[in-house]
Amino acid sequence: MSIFVDKNTRLLVQGITGQDGRFHTQKCIAYGTNVVAGVTPGKGGQKMDDVPVFNTVKEAMENTGANCSMIFVPPAFAADAILEAVEAEIELIVAITEGLPLMDMVKVKNYMKNTKSRLIGLNCPGIITPGQCRVGIMPGHIHKQGGPIGIVSRSGTLTYEVVNQLTLHKIGQTTCIGIGGDPINGTNFIDCLDAFEKDPDTEGIVMVGEIGGSAEEEASEFIKKHVTKKVVGFIAGLTAPPGRRMGHAGAIISGSCGTAQAKIAAMKESGIYVCEDLGSFGKMCAEVF
Amino acid sequence: MKIHEYQAKELFKKYKISIPDGDIALTPDEAKKIACKIGDCPIVIKGQIHAGGRGKGGGIKLAKTMEEVESIAKRILGMLLITHQTGPKGKIVKKVLVEKSLKIEKELYLSIIPDRATAKIVIIASKAGGMDIEKLAANQPGKIIKIHIDPLLGIQPFHCRQAAFGLKLSPYSTRQFTSTLINLYRLFVDYDCTLVEINPLAITADENVVAIDAKINFDDNALFRHKDILEYRDIDEEEPLEVEASKFNLNYIKLSGNVGNMVNGAGLAMATMDLIKLYGAEPANFLDVGGGANAEMVENGFRIILSDKNVKAILINIFGGILRCDLLAKGVVQAADKAGIKIPVVIRMEGTNVEEGRRILSESSFNFTIAADLKEAVQAVTQLVK
Repeated sequence: MSIFVDKNTRLLVQGITGQDGRFHTQKCIAYGTNVVAGVTPGKGGQKMDDVPVFNTVKEAMENTGANCSMIFVPPAFAADAILEAVEAEIELIVAITEGLPLMDMVKVKNYMKNTKSRLIGLNCPGIITPGQCRVGIMPGHIHKQGGPIGIVSRSGTLTYEVVNQLTLHKIGQTTCIGIGGDPINGTNFIDCLDAFEKDPDTEGIVMVGEIGGSAEEEASEFIKKHVTKKVVGFIAGLTAPPGRRMGHAGAIISGSCGTAQAKIAAMKESGIYVCEDLGSFGKMCAEVF
Repeated sequence: MKIHEYQAKELFKKYKISIPDGDIALTPDEAKKIACKIGDCPIVIKGQIHAGGRGKGGGIKLAKTMEEVESIAKRILGMLLITHQTGPKGKIVKKVLVEKSLKIEKELYLSIIPDRATAKIVIIASKAGGMDIEKLAANQPGKIIKIHIDPLLGIQPFHCRQAAFGLKLSPYSTRQFTSTLINLYRLFVDYDCTLVEINPLAITADENVVAIDAKINFDDNALFRHKDILEYRDIDEEEPLEVEASKFNLNYIKLSGNVGNMVNGAGLAMATMDLIKLYGAEPANFLDVGGGANAEMVENGFRIILSDKNVKAILINIFGGILRCDLLAKGVVQAADKAGIKIPVVIRMEGTNVEEGRRILSESSFNFTIAADLKEAVQAVTQLVK
């Protein structure tokens, strides 16, 4: 099994005719993802590499039974694209777009509270269930299918590093999720930890965090109370100077809040195995799991 | 993005938030003219830099006479202002805000920020104005009023009453405070702010509510829809190398170590810096060349890193995944050639055609160290600077 995406996922791509949208749609198809539709307003009726393009998400869903949307729409229009997908009641939205204004996300997040959709991202690499479904921009070949480890991370390439080391140590993955590097995200650590805890095929969890905010501290508290599976954690940003935004919009130490030290302490306190040497991450996982 | 106090006050004026009479001066003569226009003393002269703690650092002074205005402005303009937020290098003051000094009865604290954990907009208010709010929150959390606002609903009169009653304001001041807060909230939302802060917000002897200080930070991701705010950018307040890097869409932050490093992706870049430190050296920078690194970015990255004379060795860590390593390797060789690399470079890359990429690097005229994995790469580069 897996969480959120699997072989039954029927993917539509919002922004399929853009350069990135097209490129990564091709990669998803090559990986085996069932891409059923694309949406680009004004280009309905066209085809993009055999994928039918529609003007609206609603129309695409009615015609193809799509249940998941991957969003490549530029930041200025991304909130609108997400809200369109939410109004069409799609199950899952994976938004890759980097650079969404925070105030747009604040509105989207509050609006989505009583709706049927789940949002992953923004500013994320997406989600992959190895061997079944890739929704995002991550390199598929570094993953190893069949589990038993679930991965959740705020980062992109750092996740690839971690996944790669696991695969080299012959540890497979059930599902790997990038929840994104923005200050506010659609799906958070706790949502993923809860889903992994309930997934019978996931035997252990890897959680990769970074400086900024308090999501790791809240996740640690959740793990202490509700997660029975072993968790290996890593936090990036021990050497980051305070008050500076480290690439990701959400990676910033404000005053004394959001430091790597505080997050590592909270994780250790909750019984999480914290890896301090990223160079030996795979080795450590092989020992713990 | 940060702006100066006087710029924030311009926005306050636009939003009908009361500020003291005053204007910005570039010379002592201008300062005197502004003071004469205000008419009566005392006059406060405030050095304009993008950092807090200006008063303690000697950048804010009170002039009791018109003659003093000129001499104080002369002292502050051009001074190197060092505060706990500027770091030891400090900032040169190039402008002073000349304002009427008011008779203040009470000093309050008022700010608006987005809350990451709840995705709400939060109003923070306190009777203990003028103090460091972080310290207050840590030591006396009971003295802080927090009001969470649903962004879809927006600010309502009852929110303002909640704050005003908490601050124990008089009925007259409450009315003024309410309009100040509603206008401040509008400003926050209209301009995609990540912080608006008034510390202190004064209740004057005649019960008026006036913003003595003003601080506004903006969401960089939203600047595309606020061209007027972009005009407030002050390049002098930024690190020159970081300004240069931003022209090439590179995320660069200068640090104090000697191991230069160039990484694709922010999380991996931070983790690489941490590993450099863990293995006994100090990173010279944070440099994220973006998820899809290309030759041009690597070349610009080299140039930026090499402008920092402390750098003794460079580590390139690219986890490309679907990126073609042969193309990247060719780019690195070209870039090293153009940038005139003379210090050792350790390269770790991952992606498709990685063998071909490594061959191109090892056959180049440069003495690159090619590492098989992250651990080997960081070990190699830290050895080189020891």
